[in-house]
Amino acid sequence: MSDNISIRHALKKYGDNVIIPDLSLEIKKGEFFTLLGPSGCGKTTLLRMIAGFNSIEGGDFYFSDRRINDLDPAKRNIGMVFQNYAIFPHMTVRKNVEFGLKNKKLPKDKIAEQTDKFMKLMHVDEYADRLPERLSGGQQQRVALARALCIEPDVLLFDEPLSNLDAKLRVEMRAVIKNIQHSVGITTVYVTHDQEEAMAVSDRIAVMNAGVIQHVGTPKNIYQRPANLFVSTFIGRSNVMKGERLVVEDGRTYVVTKSGYKAEFTNILPEYQKDQEVILSVRPEEFLLDRNADSNGISATVDDCVFLGLNTHYFVHLESGEEVEIIQESSIDSTIEPGTQIRLTMNTDKVNVFTADGAANILTGICNDFPGV
Amino acid sequence: MTTSKKKFEVWTLMSIALLALFLLFLVYPLLGLLKQSVFNSEGVFSLENFERFFTYVDGYYLKPIGNSMKVTVCTTVISLLLGIPIAYFYSFYKLKGAKLLFVLSVLCSMSAPFIGAYSWILLMGRNGVITNFLEAMLLVFIYMNGAFKNIDNTLMEASANMGCTGVRRLFKVVLALSMPTILAAALMVFMQAFADFGTPMVMGEGFPTFPVMIYNAYLGEGGVDRNFAASLAVIAVLITAVIFFLQKWGTSKFKFSMNALHPVEKKECRGISGFLMHAYCYILVAVAFLPQLYIIYLSFCNYKGAIRQEGYGIENYRQAAGKLLGRSIQNTALMGILALAIIVVVAVLIAYLVVRRSSVLNNAIDTISMLPYIMPGAVVGLGLLLAFDSEPLALTGTFTIMVISFVIRRLPYTIRSATATLMQISISIEEAAISLGASKLKTFIQITIPMMGNGILSGAILSWVAIVTEMSSSIILYSNRSITLTMSTYLAILRGNDGMAAAFATVLTVVTTISLLLYLKISKSEDLKL
Repeated sequence: MSDNISIRHALKKYGDNVIIPDLSLEIKKGEFFTLLGPSGCGKTTLLRMIAGFNSIEGGDFYFSDRRINDLDPAKRNIGMVFQNYAIFPHMTVRKNVEFGLKNKKLPKDKIAEQTDKFMKLMHVDEYADRLPERLSGGQQQRVALARALCIEPDVLLFDEPLSNLDAKLRVEMRAVIKNIQHSVGITTVYVTHDQEEAMAVSDRIAVMNAGVIQHVGTPKNIYQRPANLFVSTFIGRSNVMKGERLVVEDGRTYVVTKSGYKAEFTNILPEYQKDQEVILSVRPEEFLLDRNADSNGISATVDDCVFLGLNTHYFVHLESGEEVEIIQESSIDSTIEPGTQIRLTMNTDKVNVFTADGAANILTGICNDFPGV
Repeated sequence: MTTSKKKFEVWTLMSIALLALFLLFLVYPLLGLLKQSVFNSEGVFSLENFERFFTYVDGYYLKPIGNSMKVTVCTTVISLLLGIPIAYFYSFYKLKGAKLLFVLSVLCSMSAPFIGAYSWILLMGRNGVITNFLEAMLLVFIYMNGAFKNIDNTLMEASANMGCTGVRRLFKVVLALSMPTILAAALMVFMQAFADFGTPMVMGEGFPTFPVMIYNAYLGEGGVDRNFAASLAVIAVLITAVIFFLQKWGTSKFKFSMNALHPVEKKECRGISGFLMHAYCYILVAVAFLPQLYIIYLSFCNYKGAIRQEGYGIENYRQAAGKLLGRSIQNTALMGILALAIIVVVAVLIAYLVVRRSSVLNNAIDTISMLPYIMPGAVVGLGLLLAFDSEPLALTGTFTIMVISFVIRRLPYTIRSATATLMQISISIEEAAISLGASKLKTFIQITIPMMGNGILSGAILSWVAIVTEMSSSIILYSNRSITLTMSTYLAILRGNDGMAAAFATVLTVVTTISLLLYLKISKSEDLKL
């Protein structure tokens, strides 16, 4: 009985301080949707508005066709998982999990059956009669998840659920969360500031900054064709090269760098095909590195190299003085020594090109579901 | 565009009800006092009462009060000087029988203060030994121990690493880090000594504190003068308020919080220095504790009036039973438990309103509820007496007015501890309950209160002990019907019937001891949060 969520023109302010000016969003039924952004961007605020713990200063929130703005949080039928687990410390695991069912006044045998089912599903049934203080962080988070799923909510909300766990458990738990969500198929809104975590679990991601959604899309889409410069630098690493020129010659479009390197781009949107200043955003793996200092490309000098096993990272500076990072698959022969002169070219299929103010990507193939754009 | 409407909730009603109660039982009596203080006995506005206090012949009032202020300050300083070393040895060295030292100190510091003084008089006669500082010293010890426990061992190591050890480290690091607690302890000791009624009354002439003077002005030999009593009360509150804000101001200069991840490891202490440390701690604690044992011993000695006779027996208890022992115990238990129930409920509600539903109204309630913190018991007593001695709320001499005074006296402490406990509980736990379909009331009862449980319970036991030993407001408010155990003890002392007084004191000591042992068992910690 999953719902889709529609948010129309949401407004949130504390006093005169506007956190979310005007936000609209459609979350599909059964999808795993993530709100991603730096801390303070309003993602948790938005989640708590959906949950009913934050007041809504303007706009409309719908679960399917039910307007929930004024609905008591207790009646929204939401399962929520908190950053600090929010396990009731004075209740056993079983009491924690069955808490929501008891509030629904289900018959006793039904409660026991449902509780057992979800404790088993989350592998916490063996701790059923323990108090939570004797459980590890990961186990507590499993209990919290069992408790949230147990009431068969219409919507599942996660507020940075993994940020209190250590790195290894975090990877393990995100697989657990993703698998459970797919098997129960409940519409899920997940908040995180960790872009890798977001990519690992989500069907779609909304990247937020300063209360405004920047880009809504699949993990692949926002990584490969970020809608603007903010998204490109927030998701993964990007070398930003400002002050480059876009030139049109004989119907073909080229980017000319400050050092004179010229590369043809065949995927510039038609309306942007005119001479102008642009920003190039090149991910470290999108540079191609040529040891032959005489070939065509941007001339650069290696400052440092770091061997990390699978890949080797090179830190180089260009003729223009800009410093960039390059990632190459490690090869069996020697790495390039610091001080070596090299030439750089770029994979123009992958490199992103933005307008001079960074506000828009001027390439084709951007999928941004954000209705505001 | 719609905005969610502010619903008129149960909690708003609660706030208004609480505010009304505070206005009636706290603000109204206080304003009454203030009003009485600026009228003369003919009912004309005048400041002559204040004038009288400051200018009466040869400092008739000023001199003894000056003396008692000196005693108060000395008590504070001496108890800090003696108490801090005990706490230091206790926290940083492995003392033998440390647990015993701690338990005895808790028992001593929380017992009715005048019993210790009385025992000294029985031992040494009325030659003016002022023993206030003994109990105060142990209070300082317990308080400081809490602060020392929060000092992280790595800070000690870092200090040693940079060449600062021993006494230099004690002053530069340990005491400097504990400054907020030292100031808090100083304030507490000062307030207790300043507002003490029992000890100076037992000690007799020569050292009247403000509460004694207020009592005498109201009921003493010089006839009833409510207006003068009221102005004395106003002056007393002004002094405590000044001290309170001085302490606040001092504390604000040391704004840091500590939470030790690695508690200090206690060191072995051997040899001469080890012996001296043990001797210091044990002698001081013994000197403070033995009088209490002595009283118990005396209670089984035979007496004729104030003269001790040969032989032992339970005659004193038989006499005490004839003098309202049963009623005193029953009253104490009933009023204590009733007051405690009200305190706990109100404190939890206020803590919840302040922490979870902060609003102008609720913060105002919080501030008002802290007023009794700076009001000596005698002031509370007098205020209530003056406010409720006529229709429609004639409560003088009743059970009710005693309970009200207990509640007012103890509430600020319980509110503080309840607020502190609630602040440590993450709000997301309550939100989790609500998102699982529990109503706000259900969440409060099933989740919030149980989580605050231990903190509330241990705070409640301390309040109970304070109520049982309450004296300075009861002396003004009690009647034969509403007499308490403490008042009976005090009356027996006044009558000069030492045997019976010892019997009453023993019963009182047993009650507080059992309560405190229970507290130590429940709280499981070595902190006494007052």
